[in-house]
Amino acid sequence: MSTQRLDVDGLLADPSTRIVVCCGAGGVGKTTTAAALGLRAAEVHGRRTVVLTIDPARRLAQSMGLSELDNTPRQVKGIDGDNGGELHAMMLDMKRTFDEVVQQHTTPQRAQEIFANPFYQAMSSTFAGTQEYMAMEKLGQLRATDEWDLIVVDTPPSRSALDFLDAPARLSRFLDGRMLRMLLAPARGGRSMFSLVTASFGLFSRTVQKVLGAQLLTDLSGFVAALDSMFGGFRQRADQTYRILQDPQTAFLLVAAPERDAVREAAYFAERLVAERMPLAGLVLNRMHRSEVPGLSAEASLAAAEALTAAGDQPLTADALRIHADLVRQTEREQLVAAKFIDAFPAVPTVSVTAQPADVHDVDGLRTIGSLLA
Amino acid sequence: MGEHVSRWPARLHVVTGKGGTGKTSVAAALALGLAAGGKRTLLVEVEGRQGIAQLFETEPLPYKELRIAKVAGGGEVRALAVDPEEALLEYLDMFYHLGAAGRALRKVGAIDFATTIAPGLRDVLLTGKVKEATTRSQDGKRAYDAVVLDAPPTGRIGRFLNVTAETAKLAKMGPIKTQSDGVASLLRSPITSVHVVTLLEEMPVQETLDAIAELSALHIPIGRIVLNATRPALVAGGKVTKAELKRGLTEAGLPADAATVTGLATEVRAHQTRQELEETLRTELTETGRPLVELPLLSGGVDQAGLDELAAALMRA
Repeated sequence: MSTQRLDVDGLLADPSTRIVVCCGAGGVGKTTTAAALGLRAAEVHGRRTVVLTIDPARRLAQSMGLSELDNTPRQVKGIDGDNGGELHAMMLDMKRTFDEVVQQHTTPQRAQEIFANPFYQAMSSTFAGTQEYMAMEKLGQLRATDEWDLIVVDTPPSRSALDFLDAPARLSRFLDGRMLRMLLAPARGGRSMFSLVTASFGLFSRTVQKVLGAQLLTDLSGFVAALDSMFGGFRQRADQTYRILQDPQTAFLLVAAPERDAVREAAYFAERLVAERMPLAGLVLNRMHRSEVPGLSAEASLAAAEALTAAGDQPLTADALRIHADLVRQTEREQLVAAKFIDAFPAVPTVSVTAQPADVHDVDGLRTIGSLLA
Repeated sequence: MGEHVSRWPARLHVVTGKGGTGKTSVAAALALGLAAGGKRTLLVEVEGRQGIAQLFETEPLPYKELRIAKVAGGGEVRALAVDPEEALLEYLDMFYHLGAAGRALRKVGAIDFATTIAPGLRDVLLTGKVKEATTRSQDGKRAYDAVVLDAPPTGRIGRFLNVTAETAKLAKMGPIKTQSDGVASLLRSPITSVHVVTLLEEMPVQETLDAIAELSALHIPIGRIVLNATRPALVAGGKVTKAELKRGLTEAGLPADAATVTGLATEVRAHQTRQELEETLRTELTETGRPLVELPLLSGGVDQAGLDELAAALMRA
């Protein structure tokens, strides 16, 4: 296994750690890990902590007292505050966050125009990357208030775990891209894009009209014109968020389950974080199985089970031995998968978390995960 | 093969599921199973993940229908990774004969722009390509006996398949509207069947139930619930005492010291806890009234032999 064990307590206790970003493929337990880290930071290390979750399981959300997407951090009750720590949690409301960004960057009247535009309505709820972008926007806002010792972020369940890194840049590239400037021509200079007579542009506008239809173009122009005043703001914020992520106050934790796809995603992510000079703190290998009787091999166990069954005796012990053999095999498989990541990134500290027999959906369960992490 | 047709009657099989449930493996196994007996199937992915190439351990798939597996009896599976930009260019070319001019559009970023600004346009293009492959004819015969789509996960499946509603908000007429109407009616016809892959774990099951409710409301036909990676139930409900384990281990000639006995008892208890939870979840899934298909946990991981095993299990179901 790894030469270095990830020191989660050291990371959470360090006052210079201000942001922990949990990332990884979908279904690996990112949200639970983020919540467990937040709880431990508050209870054990006495830090005023907020956990920003994106799409938590209903019962996990309820266990933290979150019943709706209200974009406001709520204090989690029933935690041990003897160390002076507090835990707050919030669920991201993508649309509301987008609305707030618009309101901050424009006049109330303009904001109303933007909200009424069908393109804005579609984009703020379904634009590929909006959720990622808004998660990063919200992180920027939480950090800017400076009222939190530690912010733990659970990244969106993207098809690619990298989307949230790319989203701000993509949105800002989109908003001041060449295409938008072409569409904006009437708003800026009084010239309609359709009066331009260069060959490629004529082709372009004809095609856009053909594919999208004229009504759609009118709505789009209106939307773009309305957003025009906010270009600078959008870009600046995207850049700011990116810089916060690169800063040593941030720690990225990769979360993976010991499955081929999840580990491959984690490896890809690790490469990307290194390339972007993002501070990668370590890997959390979630849901690792562990045998209670490591000395008894799967083969010996199965052979004994077969012998017992053949003798028609001790059926329960035979089944117990089969359960044990399955568990040992699973453990071996998981170790092999984990070794692939560790071989590729020997310098990345790692911590394994033992699989729990049932899903975690209360504060006690989170506490258990927290102590397994530390 | 006649049997396959009656058991898996649709021609377009859409496979969804929460991330991590193995929907790509199940989609691939279904494509392999349906190709048995000299049939030709197409396995399609739309999310740019190259999951099919990874599964079959081949080079990344281009935007082309290439054979990735031969099946006993002369059948074959082809695979296609649909790229929305390529699909848009192909679409423009088909209807407007743009040729090289289409590629010029990409240079100014028009394609990226068009697929980005119009949410839903992207999905119309992706599902449009799937529809084209499903309904394509060659020499008076269908190009594919079945098309299997490795679709977006449960959290996005409703939006992905409900293309009309998304585009209708933006495009009230024009070719995109026509295109999306065509896709919408195919997806609501008996030609289509959406299968949901899940594990017997809380979150995937919850998302399965949510997706089924969402798709039902959209009148999109739902096929089966595929329970992936199931394990046989052992020591069902029985209480295993340490004394009994000690006797059993001794009889089997294995060490029967206190540590071994306690360890084994702990493992059995964990297994039983897990099993009880799985039973509850299985009941919730049964209550949807949808047929369940159980696939075994592959001890050797998902390799070619594993896929064949899953394919056989699906075809028996």
